[in-house]
Amino acid sequence: MTAFRIPGKGRVNHDTAVRFRFDGKSYGGVEGDTVASALLANGVHLMGRSFKYHRPRGPVTAGSEEPNALIGTSRGKGRFEPNTRATVQEIYDGLKAESQNKWPSLNFDIGAVNDRLYMLFSAGFYYKTFMWPKSFWDRVYEPVIRAAAGLGVSPSEPDPDSYASRYLHCDVLIVGAGPAGLAAALTAGRSGSDVVIVDEHTEMGGTLLSEDQVQIAGQSAWDWLSATLDELKGMNNVRLMTRTTAIGYYHQNMVALSQKLTDHLAAVPGNAPRERMWRVRANQVVLAQGAIERPLVFDGNDRPGVMFAGAAQTYLNRYGVKVGERAVIVTSHDSAWYCAFDLADAGVAVAAIADTRDEIAPEFAQMAADKGIEVLKGHTVSSTTGRLRVKSVLVNPVRNGKVGASRTIDCDALLMCGGWTPSLHLFSHTKGSLNWDSEAEVFLPGDKTEACHIAGAGRGLWGIARALEDGANAGSEAAIAAGYATEVGLYPVEADRTGGGVTHKELPSDRDAGKAKAFIDFQNDVTAKDIRLAVREGMRSIEHVKRYTTNGMATDQGKLSNMNGLTIAADAVGKEAPKVGLTTFRPPYTPTSFGTFAGYHKDAHFELTRKTPIDGWAEENEAAFEPVSLWRRAWYFPLSGEDMHRAVARECKATRQSLGMFDASTLGKIEVSGPDAVEFMNRMYTNPWTKLAAGRCRYGLLLGEDGYIRDDGVIGRLSQDKFHVTTTTGGAARVLNMMEDYLQTEWPDLKVWLTSTTEQWATIALNGPNARKLIEPFVEGQDLSEEAFPHMSVSECKVAGIPARLFRISFTGELGFEINVPARYGRELWEKLYEAGQQYDVCPYGTETMHVLRAEKGYIIVGQDTDGTVTPDDAGIGWAVGKKKPDFVGMRSLKRPDLVAEGRKQLVGLLTDDPKTLLEEGAQIVADPKQPIPMKMIGHVTSSYWSEALGRTIALAVVEGGRSRMGESLHIPMPDRVLSAKVTETVFYDPEGERLKA
Amino acid sequence: MLLIHCPYCDETLPELEFAYAGEAHIDRPEDPSAMTDEEWRDFLFIRNNKRGTHFERWRHINGCARFFNAVRDTVSDKFLTTYKAGTPRPSDAELEELGK
Ligand SMILES: [Zn+2]
Repeated sequence: MTAFRIPGKGRVNHDTAVRFRFDGKSYGGVEGDTVASALLANGVHLMGRSFKYHRPRGPVTAGSEEPNALIGTSRGKGRFEPNTRATVQEIYDGLKAESQNKWPSLNFDIGAVNDRLYMLFSAGFYYKTFMWPKSFWDRVYEPVIRAAAGLGVSPSEPDPDSYASRYLHCDVLIVGAGPAGLAAALTAGRSGSDVVIVDEHTEMGGTLLSEDQVQIAGQSAWDWLSATLDELKGMNNVRLMTRTTAIGYYHQNMVALSQKLTDHLAAVPGNAPRERMWRVRANQVVLAQGAIERPLVFDGNDRPGVMFAGAAQTYLNRYGVKVGERAVIVTSHDSAWYCAFDLADAGVAVAAIADTRDEIAPEFAQMAADKGIEVLKGHTVSSTTGRLRVKSVLVNPVRNGKVGASRTIDCDALLMCGGWTPSLHLFSHTKGSLNWDSEAEVFLPGDKTEACHIAGAGRGLWGIARALEDGANAGSEAAIAAGYATEVGLYPVEADRTGGGVTHKELPSDRDAGKAKAFIDFQNDVTAKDIRLAVREGMRSIEHVKRYTTNGMATDQGKLSNMNGLTIAADAVGKEAPKVGLTTFRPPYTPTSFGTFAGYHKDAHFELTRKTPIDGWAEENEAAFEPVSLWRRAWYFPLSGEDMHRAVARECKATRQSLGMFDASTLGKIEVSGPDAVEFMNRMYTNPWTKLAAGRCRYGLLLGEDGYIRDDGVIGRLSQDKFHVTTTTGGAARVLNMMEDYLQTEWPDLKVWLTSTTEQWATIALNGPNARKLIEPFVEGQDLSEEAFPHMSVSECKVAGIPARLFRISFTGELGFEINVPARYGRELWEKLYEAGQQYDVCPYGTETMHVLRAEKGYIIVGQDTDGTVTPDDAGIGWAVGKKKPDFVGMRSLKRPDLVAEGRKQLVGLLTDDPKTLLEEGAQIVADPKQPIPMKMIGHVTSSYWSEALGRTIALAVVEGGRSRMGESLHIPMPDRVLSAKVTETVFYDPEGERLKA
Repeated sequence: MLLIHCPYCDETLPELEFAYAGEAHIDRPEDPSAMTDEEWRDFLFIRNNKRGTHFERWRHINGCARFFNAVRDTVSDKFLTTYKAGTPRPSDAELEELGK
């Protein structure tokens, strides 16, 4: 049994010992402990160092609002987690935890020198101290600050754990399983409604877990709790979830829950998810989140051993742990008196209760006297002493606003209570309004935007009796709203602990306010002085004060600091608190791991991989792949020992010399059919379609209504009323969406049907002088001669006995065919052609060779050579725009002043002076390389390749006034040198197009 | 995640099934060529970006694939109503009624 554990007390399992390590040292705890409760049971308060000043810190709370006791936990490679709250992390055999922000050790920390340099780190220090000279920021200040400040250490390995995610629908979701939440669950559950009740703690009960003296309906609190949980668990319509935090409240009653599944287990079952995200859609929500204790603000209120009175009570009554041997209570609220009494009853010496108020209930004074506790009414705390643990507290009487001489009281625990703040974080997520209660000096829930009900301390009702009654009513309201009939139970309570108190700005002191380190935000090391400085320096809104001081910006999101920060800022500004405003709470309520948000969407499941029917063949033939939108495409087919450059050079050469075959199945395909198909095509595309005969193809150009190129592709007319439209691989869905938009909303009178057929067709492109020779024997029902089937023809025929749509088109400049067959025949046809192609040394090629071959011909790739600001004329394809058409999408925009202006960027070719130099795609182009920096950039390189056919590099670029610069030398500045290139036409190879007719 | 009523499917479904499609009731002019540069500019680019009730288009892209119109309060994100493309926009009085 450890020194500070009281045998048999609390809800922990004293019979089951657990051993864990903290900073390398082995400690004993018991089942049911958190890291914090177990360390406290060993007399350890010092659990970390603070963010900025590296001040020694211990736990202030016993819950998820903890700002100080942040630890790193580790379960081996990739399973390190920083900033875990020691007050939440349960211990298990073998747990390894370590403190943060210390070097070389927690007891002796070099960074604590910051504490003495606090003048440098005052409010706005980021903006002031480190601004000059500017060059010092990157090299000196930022690295120093990063090394000295910060919370924990980021994990450096990929997270090997799995995370689950689920949807859930219910009638009533109850957040918080304290007395209010449980009473709500009983009412709603008994009504027959589907109820989900969640609590972030290991066990349900909330305050009841720390207040076993209360009698509910004739039972002790803990007996009532276990009977209640048994009843709820026995209802099929009620789901109870512990270790589950409602992290965000979103539209239409969707609440996100983060459920921790394995972090408390010594042995994690294989494949068990670590956490699960629940997306709950609830008809009604009951928020029963209670209230959070508020610190008192005084010099030295952050020393280890200074904690909330309510936390000390929880450690005592729930965990059976005394937080010290000699305690002093300092409070402005009645609740801390009960803490003093409980501690005294448990054998802790309570040296004094210092209450800031002059009037105390007589029964309190009597009880204190009975227990031999000194009572100091109308007192303040002016300071504390102690380096790694509080040693004493200085208390002063305050009479008529005057602070008297201090008196030092020795203690090893200083337990404070500055009142209670209703926990309205989730309510704030819904943009519910908050009303200022000027009497209690707290914000309470106001107008609601969602179907939610707030019960208990969350709306300022103190005491267990009121929480139960209010919870039962809220549960009833919620169930009735969800369509159920209810009966509200009654819960008579005895030995309840009600009471009230007052709130304060900084406590009055007789000491120099300029030297006080009275902390408001423990995690971000923000003091009362910082807030006042921010106001003096011109910050008026609380949002500005927050950003200037970083108050409330740490991982606890100001759960402890917001109200004190606001009270002090309001005092400094000279306005009422609500006039200064409250900062916005945003999800998540508590820090949540990225894994939980990602859920199943990681690795191969991050996004789907689309594969063509021929992908398997490419894989078996050891293709290198590249992702193209969601597709994975064969990039090149290296022979053994070949790198990409050599493989692509070989593929290019083979295709131009004899025959290449290419899997073009990813091409977007849309079938446009119906009596008005041709009219629709005329309106959508720039080209004229009326006179295109069935069996013929045309290059189609699609603009946005703004006149810029959106997509392109060859379009075949299969019959009067049917077009086979192809789009870019990445543009297929976008183009169909655009077509549907116009068809449904602008021209609903047109009789046209649009069908996506991308995945219905496998497409094999054959290119090269021997392309016709290869397929001719396979084709039935179509004469392939130049006369019968010229370039830009399409035919519905059979290829190798398979019904096919055969195109004679070319994206390489060679004689070319594209064979579309139903997807399921794709691989079969590919293999037949490949086998038959051996006599022509057929060469399968990938996307890289396709890119090189098309670039040699100056064929653009939309999205690579265009960027959403390129007109047909800019791209040099003005010929594709029908001149006599009355209208098409984007036509009017082509006459907009900016689009006809001189000097627009135009697509040109670039040939580097050195034929071996390869330009970088995206590189900026300048006319005069000698001009001062920043240079005027007149364009950029869009495509750049080694051309095997030309034995040199080639590039495409968009350049201001490009077509009027033919032969001009332009310059491409690179980090190490400036490259030069001459402007040329865009067609580098076979400009007459003779090879198409081979 | 919002729940959105598709007026074609007549079902209220999760936002994941839908895609936003810009402001509603902006008709493509009958004869764009007859428009001045200013008129055409306004058609192309000038949008309301309203604080409050906003007429906008959505597409039930992972459902029936139809485009439809909606009125949404851009402050609260609440949908006041949705209706089929081509039907007139609800009157102010109707919207006020729906707002309650
Ligand atoms: Zn629909």
